[in-house]
Amino acid sequence: MATTANLTAERENYLNREYGVSSWLLTVDHKRIALLYLASITFFFFVGGLFALLIRLELLTPAGDLVMADTYNKLFTMHGQIMVFFFLIPSIPATLGNFLVPMMIGAKDLAFPRINLLSWYLYIIAGTLMMHCVLTGGVDTGWTFYTPFSTAFSNTKVIEAGLAIFINGFSSILTGLNFVVTVHRMRAPGMTWSRLPLFIWSTYATSVIFLLGTPVIAITLLLVVFERAFNLGIFDPNRGGDPLLFQHLFWFYSHPAVYIMILPAMGVVSEIVPCFSRKRVFGYHFIAMSSIAIAVFGFLVWAHHMFVAGISLYSALVFSALSYLVAVPSAVKVFNWTATMYKGSVTFSTPMLYAFGFIGLFTIGGLTGLFLAALGLDVHVHDTYFVIAHFHYIMVGGAVMGFLGGMHFWWPKISGKLYPEAWGRLAAAIVFIGFNLTFFPQFILGYMGMPRRYWQYPPEFQVLNVLSTAGSTILAVGYILPMVYFTWSLRYGKPAGDNPWGASGLEWQTQSPPTTFNFDQTPIVTREAYDYENMPLPEEVSLER
Amino acid sequence: MEQQKHAASLGMWLFLATELMFFGGMFCAYLIYRYSYPVEFGVGSRTLNLPLGAANTAVLICSSLTVALAIRAAQMAKRTLMVVLLLLTMVFGLTFLVIKGFEWAEKYEKHHIPGASFQLSAEDMKGVSVDPENMQDFQQRTQTFYSLYFAMTGLHALHMIIGVGLFLYLTYAGWKGQYGPGYYTPLENGGLYWHFVDIVWIYLFPLLYLIDRNLQK
Repeated sequence: MATTANLTAERENYLNREYGVSSWLLTVDHKRIALLYLASITFFFFVGGLFALLIRLELLTPAGDLVMADTYNKLFTMHGQIMVFFFLIPSIPATLGNFLVPMMIGAKDLAFPRINLLSWYLYIIAGTLMMHCVLTGGVDTGWTFYTPFSTAFSNTKVIEAGLAIFINGFSSILTGLNFVVTVHRMRAPGMTWSRLPLFIWSTYATSVIFLLGTPVIAITLLLVVFERAFNLGIFDPNRGGDPLLFQHLFWFYSHPAVYIMILPAMGVVSEIVPCFSRKRVFGYHFIAMSSIAIAVFGFLVWAHHMFVAGISLYSALVFSALSYLVAVPSAVKVFNWTATMYKGSVTFSTPMLYAFGFIGLFTIGGLTGLFLAALGLDVHVHDTYFVIAHFHYIMVGGAVMGFLGGMHFWWPKISGKLYPEAWGRLAAAIVFIGFNLTFFPQFILGYMGMPRRYWQYPPEFQVLNVLSTAGSTILAVGYILPMVYFTWSLRYGKPAGDNPWGASGLEWQTQSPPTTFNFDQTPIVTREAYDYENMPLPEEVSLER
Repeated sequence: MEQQKHAASLGMWLFLATELMFFGGMFCAYLIYRYSYPVEFGVGSRTLNLPLGAANTAVLICSSLTVALAIRAAQMAKRTLMVVLLLLTMVFGLTFLVIKGFEWAEKYEKHHIPGASFQLSAEDMKGVSVDPENMQDFQQRTQTFYSLYFAMTGLHALHMIIGVGLFLYLTYAGWKGQYGPGYYTPLENGGLYWHFVDIVWIYLFPLLYLIDRNLQK
């Protein structure tokens, strides 16, 4: 161990090659940009989380006593906008994706390194604008910006928030563009399409959604901005405008955006599960193609957000049926992960605990999604806490679990250090318990009829709301813990070695942390992606189990 | 080098796909409103200045030709010719913007800008019979046409301005001798962008100016 430690400390890598502020702010190294993104999205995660805690505190009692109704409207709006646009959407693609895509395919960097840096700057400009908007009054339209409230009635800073999300959209588009071109053009010799890691497949599918979906939300919000700023009348009912058109355009992006959040997390789980089961992934091609299928079907189901908004019964039927279709590729993934674990030698290390959490919570979130896609039931539970619970099971239980699992899995590669395993397992357990305590009561609340977006409620709902608020504080502890021990491990963590998990990916073949150009020489790929039958188990892992 | 060239042009094509979706949102809105309010859109269409619109179409088609010729000149190592053609392209682009500016000024004078002072004159309404009590609503709905007109031509003009800026750089780099038969990828990608912006106009022109100009009475 001692010799590895010395070796790791002395070797040149992307972290110690250059020092100083400008070596970070002007870097074109995809790994450094990934860390810039990591710091920025963590900031926004805690800002958004603060709003969530304030929402939960207000809902501790039935009376609207902590904040005024107007303030409450702003709280849930900014919680949604910051979490969706500034945390969840860039989360895995911009951090782990940026870090891993070139390494996993054996490339030196992304196809357009400078555009990669540009996309971070666009994100920072958008984020600054958003924070300015938050600090000088905020927005109260809900994250959905529904017209005509957002265009004609709201007195809050809709223009600023709209522009922030518009600019942020370009950051997503450029990231997606970079990934697609990189995967097409920069694969190492022998890295054929059917040898690509599944994380690459899901990132690729995500990038396609970035490219085709994001411009639509960009133009939609821009038209809202034009309507407020220049008095144009595109969605204004007084001038014959159609608010439903806004909803169609909005959800055309914002439904696929859900798959932007969940697909990369699925990719992470597809990496973790075979590694900690020591088995080749079951049904590689099915998992890969189900990512593409989710991206394609995702564009065909948007109007299931509008069943009670006044669309025709005929189109509601079609969209309902198409929404069920998404369950097929999703189930393919869940069954294949489960089959991968079957008769594998499963290790319950931290990343695997998150992967377990993901599979369970995503399944609950996905199945309740089918409830909502059913026309009859949707009439009953639409705009209730049932919907809130459903999408938090996908976005927090799914996407954030996947993000944390991925952070733990690749932290040794990113930092060259091991995090304390016992703390990791504890935090994973706390997150799982806190999450379920927060959101499971909301399913029941919603089914009983508690509507979303109200700051007060009848007293009979209080017990479940208290449970939910209590859960959210536990969840907060679970999120702060990894922050603390990751930071701790940077200085005090044990050196990780090149491949602490005995994982099969190309990113583990190079040193930890990697050099600026990832590989000393371009790797030549001769094996399939998850060849765990022929991978020896490294000593560290066998000691940990 | 070959790999970089392929990466750059694939990137450009993907970017144009996103641009297509971006304008697509507005084309979708146009389609739905045109279907819902055919008479209002007809009235709007025929108030647009056809000679100026047609002239602008011609100007843009010429600019696309000069772009294509500039790339050809680069391939044939004729640097001066290439620079001249690139300059010509920018002149066409700026001409387009100036003409567009005159059109917008005309809209302002005629009170055709959506908002409180929007007004359709008796001449605008010639040949269209609307009940006096519905006149207010009719005028309101016609604003939807002008809103789309300004949003679509405005964003198109913004793309033209970006294009001129882009070509300013390409001309400078070309004049410095960076492009020749061996390497002209930036020129090609800039050209792709320019052609795309042209094609958007080729669709905008008939949709906004030509359909239903001779409104049935």
